[in-house]
Amino acid sequence: MTAVELNNVWKIYAGDVAAVKDVNLSIQPGEFVVLVGPSGCGKSTTLRMIAGLESISKGEISIGNRVVNDVAPKDRDIAMVFQNYALYPHMTVEKNIAFSLKISGMPKDDINKRVQNVSEVLGLHELLKRKPGALSGGQRQRVALGRAIARDPKVFLFDEPLSNLDAKLRIAMRTEMKSLHQRLATTTVYVTHDQEEAMTLGSRLVVMNAGQIQQVGTPIDIYNYPNNRFVAGFVGSPAMNFIEGKLRVKAGETHFSRNGLDIFTGSVSYLPDTESDAVIGVRPQSIMLVQKETPGAIAATVDQVEPLGDQMDIKVRIHDDTVIIARVPLQSGVDTGLQIHIAFDAEKVHFFENSKVGARLNRRS
Amino acid sequence: MNGKRPSISVPWVLVHLLLIAVSIVVIVPLLYLVISAFKTEQGFLEHTFLPLGEGALGIDWSQLTTKQLGRLFSSEIGIGRALVNSIFLSATTAMLATFICALAGYASAALDFKGKRAFEWLVLAALIIPPPLLIAPSYQWLHTLGLLDSYTGLILPAVAPAFGVFLFRQATLQSVPKSILEAARIDGLGEFGIFLVIALPMLRPMVGAFLIITFLAMWNNFIGPQIVLQSAEKQPLSVVIYQTQTAYYSDYGLLMAGTLVSILPVAALFLFLQRDFIAGLSSGAVKG
Repeated sequence: MTAVELNNVWKIYAGDVAAVKDVNLSIQPGEFVVLVGPSGCGKSTTLRMIAGLESISKGEISIGNRVVNDVAPKDRDIAMVFQNYALYPHMTVEKNIAFSLKISGMPKDDINKRVQNVSEVLGLHELLKRKPGALSGGQRQRVALGRAIARDPKVFLFDEPLSNLDAKLRIAMRTEMKSLHQRLATTTVYVTHDQEEAMTLGSRLVVMNAGQIQQVGTPIDIYNYPNNRFVAGFVGSPAMNFIEGKLRVKAGETHFSRNGLDIFTGSVSYLPDTESDAVIGVRPQSIMLVQKETPGAIAATVDQVEPLGDQMDIKVRIHDDTVIIARVPLQSGVDTGLQIHIAFDAEKVHFFENSKVGARLNRRS
Repeated sequence: MNGKRPSISVPWVLVHLLLIAVSIVVIVPLLYLVISAFKTEQGFLEHTFLPLGEGALGIDWSQLTTKQLGRLFSSEIGIGRALVNSIFLSATTAMLATFICALAGYASAALDFKGKRAFEWLVLAALIIPPPLLIAPSYQWLHTLGLLDSYTGLILPAVAPAFGVFLFRQATLQSVPKSILEAARIDGLGEFGIFLVIALPMLRPMVGAFLIITFLAMWNNFIGPQIVLQSAEKQPLSVVIYQTQTAYYSDYGLLMAGTLVSILPVAALFLFLQRDFIAGLSSGAVKG
C-alpha cells in the first residue's frame, strides 16, 4: 500500500491563472480520499497532477516516497478511470482490459489469468468479446474499472467516474466501488462534485473551492463541524440555511438576533464571549416544529411544501421575509399558507464570521 | 426501418423525379463511354449509342469490337506501362499523403508543442493559395534539387497537402477524445504508439476518404506529370491517353477505350473504400 503526498502544490496556467493554490495533502496508504467541490474548484486538476497528465507549476508530489514531478504517467504505477470511460472503441472488452499489461510486456498466459480474474470480480465474462460501442453506460464503467484493476496499481485515480450514469445505476456502482476498495485496499483518490457521493464513498473528504483546500476530514466531521461557510453550504442536502445577524455570547449564554427578532437563544459549546455581526447556520434537518409557547420559537409562514416520502422539505418565511428551508416529518400536516412555529436544535447550530471567508466561530476545543 | 411503405405525396414524387434526373445525368455519359470504347472509329461517328441492326435485341453486335482495347495494350501505345506508372504514382502518393496528413493533423489537434500556433496559421495560409500559382516555384525547386524527370519530383510536393492536414486536425478534434489519449499515455504507450495504435484506427473513416481523394488527385493529375516528367516511359495514363491524339486527328474510339481503362482502377478503389469514404465525408453531420 502506498501513500501519496502533495506539498505546496500549485498549478498556474498561462496568464497567471492559478487553478490550484498551495495544496498540502497527505493521503495514507490504503485510504479512500475524495476530492469534492463545485465545478472549477481545482479538484480534477489536482488529480491530473497526481496522474502526471498535468505539469506541476510549483511544489512536489510523491507517490510511495518517490517524488514524481518529472515522472511520466506510465511510470507512476497508477491507474485512472475517466468520466467518459475512455475505453478504446476499436478494441474488445478483453483487449481493453489487457492493453496496459500487453504494453508492459507481461507474458500472454499471465495476461489471460489477470483478465479472467478481473472479469470474475466485476462480472464481465459475457462481455469480453464485445466492443465498447455495444455496451450500456454501466457496463462501460465496469470495463473501465476492470481496466484499472487489471494493472494492479499502487494508486487508483477516479475522475468523476459515475457522473455519466443515471441515478439508480450511480448508487449501485457506488456500493460496488466501496466494496471493491474494501477488498483491494488500494490507495484511492476520487474526484466528484456530488457531495452525497463523496460522503458515502470517502474515508476522508477534501473539500475544495477556488483552487484551495477548505477542509480535510472524515465525512461525519465535515458534516458536523464545517470549517467555514463554504463547506457548511456545500456539504449536506438540502443546503444549510444561513441567516446574518447579531451574535451575543456572555457567560455561556448565546443570543442571536436579526432585525430585532430573537432567532436563537441557548447554550452553544465552544463559543467564546463576543458581541459581533455573525451568521448562524442551521441544517434543514436541525429545525423542529414547536408550539408557540416553546422558548426560542420563531413564527413562520409556509410558502412551499415538497413531499419526500416519509419527510418533506418546507420553505418558510420569518418576520423579515428571510427564507428558511426545514425538513420535517410528513405526518406533521404542514401545508402551504399555514402559520407555524420553528426552533433550532441548540446542539446543531453553527456560527460563522460575517466575512468573505466566513470562518467557523464555535470551533471544537 | 419500420417496414412501412412510404406514403406517396407530392414532395416524395418531386424528390424521386429529381433523383432519377440526376441518375440519368450521371449514368448516361458513363454508358456512352463504355459503349464507345467497343466501337470502331467509323461506328463511333455513325451511332450515338449502340449500333442498331439485325442482331439480338435489335443491335448489330458485329460492329462492336475489342480492337481499340487491343491497340491500347499493343506496343504502338503501350498503355500497360502507363497503367502501372499511374497505379504506382497514385498509390504511393495516397498512402504517403494520408499517413503524413494524419500524423500532422493529429499532432496539431492533440499535442502541445512549441510553434503550434504558427504551424496552424501556416496550414491555414497554405489553404488559400491557388495551386496553379505554385507551378513555377515548384518547378524551380525541383530543378534545384535535381528531381526533375523523377517520380520523387512528382510525389514529394503532393505528400503533405495543407487541406489534408486541416481535415485530419478537425477529424481528430471530433472523433478522438482527449481522455482516450490520456488513458493510453497512462497505459504506457509512447506518443507515436498512441497515434498509430489508438488514434489512427479511430480516424479510419477519414483515412478511407482521404485515400480516395489523394489517389484520385494524382490519378487525374495531367499538368504535373507533363511538367515534371520528360521520359516517355515514365508518363502516367492521363498523359499517355492524351498523347494518342494529334493536333490534326482524334481517334475517339481509342480515346474512349483509354478512358475506360483509366476509370476501372478508381472505380474498384471506390467500391472497396466506399463505406469509409461516405462515413468520412459525413462525419460530424450526425451527433454520435
